[in-house]
Amino acid sequence: MSAVTTSLPVRSEDEAFLASPIGKKVVMAVTGAALFLFVIAHMLGNLQIFMGRDKLNAYAELLHHNPGALWTARIGLLICALLHVVTAIQLATLRSKARPVAYIKKGNAGSSYASRTMLMSGPIVLAFLIYHLLHFTFGSAHPDFRNDVYHNVVSGFQRVPVSIAYIVAMVLLGLHLNHGVWSMFQSLGVAHPRYTPALKKFAMAATAVIVAGNVSIPLSVLLGLVK
Amino acid sequence: MKLDSRIPSGPIQQKWDKCKFDMKLVNPANKRKHTIIVVGSGLAGGAAAASLGELGYNVKCFCFQDSPRRAHSIAAQGGINAAKNYQNDGDSVYRLFYDTVKGGDFRAREANVYRLAQISVNIIDQCAAQGVPFAREYGGLLANRSFGGAQVSRTFYARGQTGQQLLLGCYQALERQVSTGRVKMYARTEMLELIVIDGKARGIVTRDLVTGAMETHLADTVVLATGGYGNVFYLSTNAKGSNTTAIWRAHKKGALFANPCFTQIHPTCIPVSGDYQSKLTLMSESLRNDGRIWVPREKGDKRKADQIPEAGRDYYLERRYPSFGNLVPRDVASRAAKAVCDEGRGVGETGLGVYLDFSDSIRRLGQNVIAERYGNLFEMYERITGDDPYRVPMRIFPAIHYTMGGLWVDYRLMSTIPGLFVLGEANFSDHGANRLGASALMQGLADGYFVLPYTVGDYLANTKLEKVGADHTEVKRAEQEASAQIEKLLAIKGKRSADSLHREAGKLMWEYCGMARNAKGLEYAEGKLAELTEEFWRNVSVPGSGQELNQSLEKAGRVADFLELAQLMCRDARERNESCGGHFREEFQTPEGEAMRNDDEYCYAAAWQWQGKGKAHVLHKEPLAFEHVHLTQRSYK
Amino acid sequence: MEMNLTLHVWRQASASASGKLVAYKIRANEHMSFLEMLDVLNEELTGRGEDPVAFDHDCREGICGSCGFMINGIAHGPLPGTTVCQLHMRHFKNGDELWLEPWRAAAFPVVKDLVVDRGAFDRLISAGGYISVAPGSAPDANAVPVPKKDADLAMDAAQCIGCGACVAACPNASASLFLSAKVSHLGLLPQGQPERLERVRKMVAQANGEMFGSCTNIGECEAVCPKHIRIEFIARLNRDYLKASWLYRKEAASGGE
Repeated sequence: MSAVTTSLPVRSEDEAFLASPIGKKVVMAVTGAALFLFVIAHMLGNLQIFMGRDKLNAYAELLHHNPGALWTARIGLLICALLHVVTAIQLATLRSKARPVAYIKKGNAGSSYASRTMLMSGPIVLAFLIYHLLHFTFGSAHPDFRNDVYHNVVSGFQRVPVSIAYIVAMVLLGLHLNHGVWSMFQSLGVAHPRYTPALKKFAMAATAVIVAGNVSIPLSVLLGLVK
Repeated sequence: MKLDSRIPSGPIQQKWDKCKFDMKLVNPANKRKHTIIVVGSGLAGGAAAASLGELGYNVKCFCFQDSPRRAHSIAAQGGINAAKNYQNDGDSVYRLFYDTVKGGDFRAREANVYRLAQISVNIIDQCAAQGVPFAREYGGLLANRSFGGAQVSRTFYARGQTGQQLLLGCYQALERQVSTGRVKMYARTEMLELIVIDGKARGIVTRDLVTGAMETHLADTVVLATGGYGNVFYLSTNAKGSNTTAIWRAHKKGALFANPCFTQIHPTCIPVSGDYQSKLTLMSESLRNDGRIWVPREKGDKRKADQIPEAGRDYYLERRYPSFGNLVPRDVASRAAKAVCDEGRGVGETGLGVYLDFSDSIRRLGQNVIAERYGNLFEMYERITGDDPYRVPMRIFPAIHYTMGGLWVDYRLMSTIPGLFVLGEANFSDHGANRLGASALMQGLADGYFVLPYTVGDYLANTKLEKVGADHTEVKRAEQEASAQIEKLLAIKGKRSADSLHREAGKLMWEYCGMARNAKGLEYAEGKLAELTEEFWRNVSVPGSGQELNQSLEKAGRVADFLELAQLMCRDARERNESCGGHFREEFQTPEGEAMRNDDEYCYAAAWQWQGKGKAHVLHKEPLAFEHVHLTQRSYK
Repeated sequence: MEMNLTLHVWRQASASASGKLVAYKIRANEHMSFLEMLDVLNEELTGRGEDPVAFDHDCREGICGSCGFMINGIAHGPLPGTTVCQLHMRHFKNGDELWLEPWRAAAFPVVKDLVVDRGAFDRLISAGGYISVAPGSAPDANAVPVPKKDADLAMDAAQCIGCGACVAACPNASASLFLSAKVSHLGLLPQGQPERLERVRKMVAQANGEMFGSCTNIGECEAVCPKHIRIEFIARLNRDYLKASWLYRKEAASGGE
């Protein structure tokens, strides 16, 4: 029962940082921030659908006109997503090692539903993301894929189950971001009694905007507002 | 036996300096060759272990809790005194010394108290440097408050958790030494026997409370800092685990026990609510600054407090002590509460309680001011009792809080067994018959940080210690004694739990050796305690085995020692035919019912020597001389 | 008021034994504390010659940090800001069924029944949770002024009683709240500055070695903390750790620590 200091394996400072849960959370926060910014940009781009076929297709054309920048962004995002996922898996593994025996009864005293379900909302959003890429980027999951983004979106969303899947995924993404956005500030050490409530409100507002913006597209297609 | 207190000669101001200079030093290179055992990890023990480790000794520190951070020093609320005079209000080392001797009702050793007052100054420096978050003024300097009726503001505090913060400072220093390897910490380990070889303390026998394994630890010297024995009353403000076992077993090996009957009763605790009650909770004394204490004027008045009109209330402290009123010292306030309850005027379901009423203050100052001053205490009270003290008067009752008595030590904190040092509440040295508020923390840290590290060095440098092996007959004997008792306890398989016997003994003690005592009652209690002891060894039930975590076994061992100590306490109280400080003998009081000392016959520390089981203790007297603080009778009229 | 309760208590004879829930019927009184109710149960068990339920406890006034177990899945039970020793039975009602389980974490192995080994917390402190100052070497206590707001905030963090409820309540069994309380307490005071970054590096490294999990910022810990320690301190820990790792790297690159 005596308090003996366990000797720690000698490792470089970078390794130690990345091996520590705090370092891993920093990785989660930084990659999460990049993905969050991408989600906002992606939404703003897609909302151009409401400005008509030409506008949206011109935007798509613009992106494809700059293959260097496009692929840099894609690779950057891919790396972020990979790091985000791999680190999440590491943290989840650590979690089960840190509590090998579960409680028979476990209540919750103060955490939000969103915060407790990050490990569920995350993988579902990831699965959705893969489908989404196959659906709209590569077209392999799209029954009528053409070189016409506007057409692809509208015809894709005219299928009710697809739209519902998108809407559900967006709600889960919102859940994920609601905790994730505030959490990234906390992980990076930005918290203060004065700012914390503001940061939480910011996270909530940003999430609401993203969910509303993204859901508006399939919804509008289903309702026939966008044809 | 001649008690040599080894007080240095010379003027009182220079005694400690002279002593420090006269003491021999241990060569720095040799320190790590000396092993020192420290039992207890509170303010005294933790500070001692950390300091000795810092000096380079090889230290083994033991505590029964699961971590040294849980020692009961942690529960001290009020603060710690120091003669810093930061407030420029006339404080000085001499004044702190004077107040402490007088507050102790002239039954403490002047030289020790003077040293304590001198060292108090260094303690605050040390603790602030360790990162203790003391309360501060807006200018960033340390805040002070007046405490326990002192006329100067010399009490340093960290909200209502001063003990906790001081202990954590101490614990962190201790853990730092653990990381250097100079201190080895043994948590959940209880000392059961002292090993005495050639008349010197050379080790201890312990039980690992998790595995039940008995272990022997040998050393060059043993330090006991295991706190007080207030739990002899079963109900007290002490932690449930606080016990007398370490000092009692050392006592049985030859260390004299001094002034066992000097116990302090704190007037403002939450009353007992039923037989299941396991401990008493202290409410800070500061409440008496704004609360008025009263009981109904008539016996058996069962009306609710707010239905009793002003004329039906007896503000008995204000009536009896017009100049001090509700702020009379702890012992006086406690006895007065007992007196009104004995008359049948106590309040609450049990009739053992008095009101502490804030309604006048709330009316005068507003609820906000009261909330600011006592908000956290009011919350604590409501959490425990379910009553809201903003609306209903609090009910309070006195409770055992601190024991001034303990193992007899000389000026260098060494007991009558050479090589056995005793620190903090476990010794008897500094508080006489009554301890002033905010002085317990001061004494623990003074002993641990600044006294023992010097005096233990002198002992080691001056003493020729033979090498002792684990096969020494005395070692074997101590191991044998410890194991035999455990086996005996497990073999009884009686009908009563140790707790129930303890509760019964505690009630006796509270009734006959508590706030007020008389020769007849004490004699009766001694007889009853002897019967209970006999019943204990015949009828105690200890389930389980010795080879596991067995909390019933731990308790039984401790209760066995409490039962013996309780008898000695009654004996000591009966022997002392005077009233002083916390010791109030009904036969010796002034016509107004105040304590009456007898300095001609009882100006001594009573040090009791164990003679063997079933044999009467022998009393040795250490006469006390008061050269600086003149003997006077306290008066609070 | 008297009440009849059913307790489902985790009984486990030793660290290596397997455990199970055992049901007990108990009659309690509303004025009892939760631990006094268990005392009554233990008294009954002792009377029947059965092994009483082992649980850690000491001061019973909410400050020593010894006690603590899960009551219906909440660390220290349903009352916020309260250790289990200060939780009174009036917060329960007749007929309630209560599940009592020990803290569960790899870093806190069960010793017996509801008792766990929290030695890992001591080792975290030992790794760096202190200010190095030998007795006798301290300057005058008022030589270093501390702004009141810093001292107050340090005290908020320093109130931690080391009970382990934060680890128990965290779905990841993370010790971040405990760690952050000590790092913040000492890091907020001028006396703690010289060792500030070294301290956080060492303590975090030790926490990793002790098999505590990571923080997911969900706030269960602060909700059950009997001393209301806030997760803002965890942000402070993260900040100090980032800074320490970064600065350490630069210095290491230039050849010195």
